[in-house]
Amino acid sequence: MSMLQVSVYRYNPETDSAPYMQEFQVDTQGRDLMVLNVLEIIKQQDSSMAYRRSCREGVCGSDGMNMNGSNGLACVTALSEVVDKRGKLVLRPLPGLPVVRDLVVDMGIFYKQYERIQPYLQNDTPPPAIERLQSPEDREKLDGLYECILCACCSTACPSFWWNPEKFVGPAGLLQSYRFLADSRDTATRERLADLEDPFSVFRCRGIMNCVAVCPKGLNPTRAIGKIRELLMANAT
Amino acid sequence: MVTNITNFGRSGLSDWLIQRVSAIILALYTIFMVGYLLFHPALDYPTWNGLFAQTWMRIFSLLAFLSLAAHAWIGLWTVITDYIKPTGIRFAVQIVVMLAIFVFLVWGVQVLWGA
Amino acid sequence: MSNMRSLTFDAIIIGGGGSGLRTALELAKSGRKTAVLSKVFPTRSHTVSAQGGITCAIASADPEDDWRWHMYDTVKGGDYITDQDAAEYMCSEGPKAVFELEHMGLPFSRFDNGRIYQRPFGGQSKDFGKGGQAARTCAAADRTGHALLHTLYQNNLKNNTVFLNEWYAVDLVKNANGDVVGCIALCIETGEVVHIKSKATVLATGGSGRIFSSTTNALINTGDGIGMALRAGFPVQDIEMWQFHPTGIYGAGVLVTEGCRGEGGYLINKDGERFMERYAPNAKDLAGRDVVARSMVMEILEGRGCGENGDHVLLKLDHLGEEVLNKRLPGIVELAKTFAHVDPAQEPIPVVPTCHYMMGGLPTNVHGQAIMPDADGNDTIVNGLFACGEAACVSVHGANRLGGNSLLDLVVFGRAAGMFIENALNEGIDYLDAVESDIDAALARMNRWNESSGGESIPELRAELQETMQRSFGVFRQEDQMQEGVKQLAELRERIGKAHLGDKSNAFNTARVEALELDNLLEVAEATAISALERKESRGAHSRYDYPDRDDVNWLKHSIYTPLDKKLSKRDVNFSPKTVDTFEPKIRTY
Repeated sequence: MSMLQVSVYRYNPETDSAPYMQEFQVDTQGRDLMVLNVLEIIKQQDSSMAYRRSCREGVCGSDGMNMNGSNGLACVTALSEVVDKRGKLVLRPLPGLPVVRDLVVDMGIFYKQYERIQPYLQNDTPPPAIERLQSPEDREKLDGLYECILCACCSTACPSFWWNPEKFVGPAGLLQSYRFLADSRDTATRERLADLEDPFSVFRCRGIMNCVAVCPKGLNPTRAIGKIRELLMANAT
Repeated sequence: MVTNITNFGRSGLSDWLIQRVSAIILALYTIFMVGYLLFHPALDYPTWNGLFAQTWMRIFSLLAFLSLAAHAWIGLWTVITDYIKPTGIRFAVQIVVMLAIFVFLVWGVQVLWGA
Repeated sequence: MSNMRSLTFDAIIIGGGGSGLRTALELAKSGRKTAVLSKVFPTRSHTVSAQGGITCAIASADPEDDWRWHMYDTVKGGDYITDQDAAEYMCSEGPKAVFELEHMGLPFSRFDNGRIYQRPFGGQSKDFGKGGQAARTCAAADRTGHALLHTLYQNNLKNNTVFLNEWYAVDLVKNANGDVVGCIALCIETGEVVHIKSKATVLATGGSGRIFSSTTNALINTGDGIGMALRAGFPVQDIEMWQFHPTGIYGAGVLVTEGCRGEGGYLINKDGERFMERYAPNAKDLAGRDVVARSMVMEILEGRGCGENGDHVLLKLDHLGEEVLNKRLPGIVELAKTFAHVDPAQEPIPVVPTCHYMMGGLPTNVHGQAIMPDADGNDTIVNGLFACGEAACVSVHGANRLGGNSLLDLVVFGRAAGMFIENALNEGIDYLDAVESDIDAALARMNRWNESSGGESIPELRAELQETMQRSFGVFRQEDQMQEGVKQLAELRERIGKAHLGDKSNAFNTARVEALELDNLLEVAEATAISALERKESRGAHSRYDYPDRDDVNWLKHSIYTPLDKKLSKRDVNFSPKTVDTFEPKIRTY
């Protein structure tokens, strides 16, 4: 038996007046499980444990959570990467968003900021009978941008997003904003930039790069935000 | 577009630019001052007064004061909007900060040109 | 349940994956009052996991390419129980649907001339099998499903589609005439149960790979649409046909795209031999998936498997070089490192055939209308019920789906269903309203769970069901084992009927959702088991030791499983395409 001590944030709005941490002992049988596997074992012990999950391979973005103080996806985070020296695992919901229950957060404001940047291609010319052509070089500009899975690990690790979630778009939304600004097929650059010029939407980014540190897909929102600033400058001077 | 009426520029871009340009001016001013003090170890009042009697120095200083005012306002406005959530208190603190910066700026100009 | 709130829509689309979102997009543009109901936020749907691409004759890699060649491959790949009118529709309409996706913004990879990148996939040929390997699968690196699903979601946002996200459809509501007039749905966040009234109900609920213990499918793939349809008394077609993907990562079950072999990777046994050269001398590693999966199992059974237990083979990619891997297969490099602890640029990936795709499903016509054979075996339309995507069986995949055809299926038939429903709504639809007893019938099983006070636990029963399916209905099947499986499933039905839902709270109760899902897994598993036992031949993915050959005399037919009597009947395959000559059944070799 190799027991792992797991401490999980619990809150059920129907029965709990305040959240609390609950301790579980999980037998890992010495295997280097993913954190999601540990949660599945816990759910067999206590069926009331609530968390989101879907693809279990790091592409759907359902199971973003805070593991020993750092945001990430439970399904692709191995215990060996995350368990501390005392052999303990602490699981909390993503910080800064309202908790619905246990590890499930209300992602409404996160999605609202995503919708705000108009995350779809806009092109005012009539489409050709085949595809719009795009050179491999132009297509390469989208690499590192389109792969975002909307897991919210980055935005909920960002103090600027914690303080102003209604006004600061946040790293995830801005990464997607730049994904369309950078697309050679998109013709709405001017309108997109005009919408981002205010002191909050982009400029609350202080470049501390928490987003880059936690992104489970290895993307770099800080760099994308820098590129948006460059475009704003080029557009306005 | 998030609208805001309490920052002057209303544009994050101009705020961002002003913050950087004013920082450079303040850095240059600081370097000049530190250098001046190092090169004049036995500095007395007439020499100091003489420095500020020259027009270029007055212009340089005024530029630094204006930069300081702008830099402080943008910086503090950001801090206030981050951390003070109740609108009434936030607005009151903004007024106080704005007044203080204004007073210090006028006072600085008076010191500089009044002597 | 008179205090239950009801919501009314012109059309309700159950499922927010590729096919559901494509249907929704068509209807949103029409201005009709429609909603997408999804148990997860739409971009968490399983379409997101599709990797290699979308197969379509857009004539980019080869300017001479022809949709008829694609249709030939599809019919042959399906071992000739593909409906040829449906395959014709999919392959000929395909380019339009793919170009639409590109115009919506899908970030396809590109050739130097700026056109969409296409890679070779299994079972693809030029000139009706006579012109060698084709490269027909349009790709966005190895994240095509992700790119496609996000693009469709984004365009639904653009067109103001109404979303009921994290809502779970419990059961269909039928009126006195047997028409489908809506469903019962559960808002997961609050626990509220709502009656949704709708003139058109679209099941876009995807597959059900979770009936097996080893699957590439997401945890959410529990066959909810199939379960609902079966409980409502509607039949399913060819449900015994389950595709085992040759390359699931050993141990984890995570998918490794066929595109790896399309880009030049190949499988080796413990002697380092490229064994597919023996089984499929022409297509080698790019033979049909059923052929490759069987060959792998043969290698393992004959003692040439790899590893301590000799229970897997290896996928070799290192000869492609780091640059190609990072450019064309970046997601695979990531998955192999995470789940197999190997860097494919240095070492081969351990792989094993893993349950991947449900070729069967709700029988539909090309417009997505659900079909039910009447007492004389003639097709009749089920009023109000539609299906598309993996949940449907049009059937374009027959007994074995070709790689890259699932994404094409989603967009072509999602779009077709949307267009058809829009027209039907414009012409006017009028069905009888459901009365209280109809609604109560649809609420019955949820009430059963809510009132359960003791019994076995849900995760244990689910695991037992999955192990039964894995043991008795895997890559190779035989009578006695399947009979044993059918018996065990009958027992499981008894036990699941008495199982216990321990947590009865309302807010985001995932235990309740898992209980409801278990019912659906059971429905799909039992339909699969009985159909597999009854189809006494080997065809496509259905491979029996006791009937090793294809039997065109008796079984060049769809199987139809009816839930009320749990009996299997046959339905004719369509051999009458409109614009091309029929592809006559031939012996299938690669």
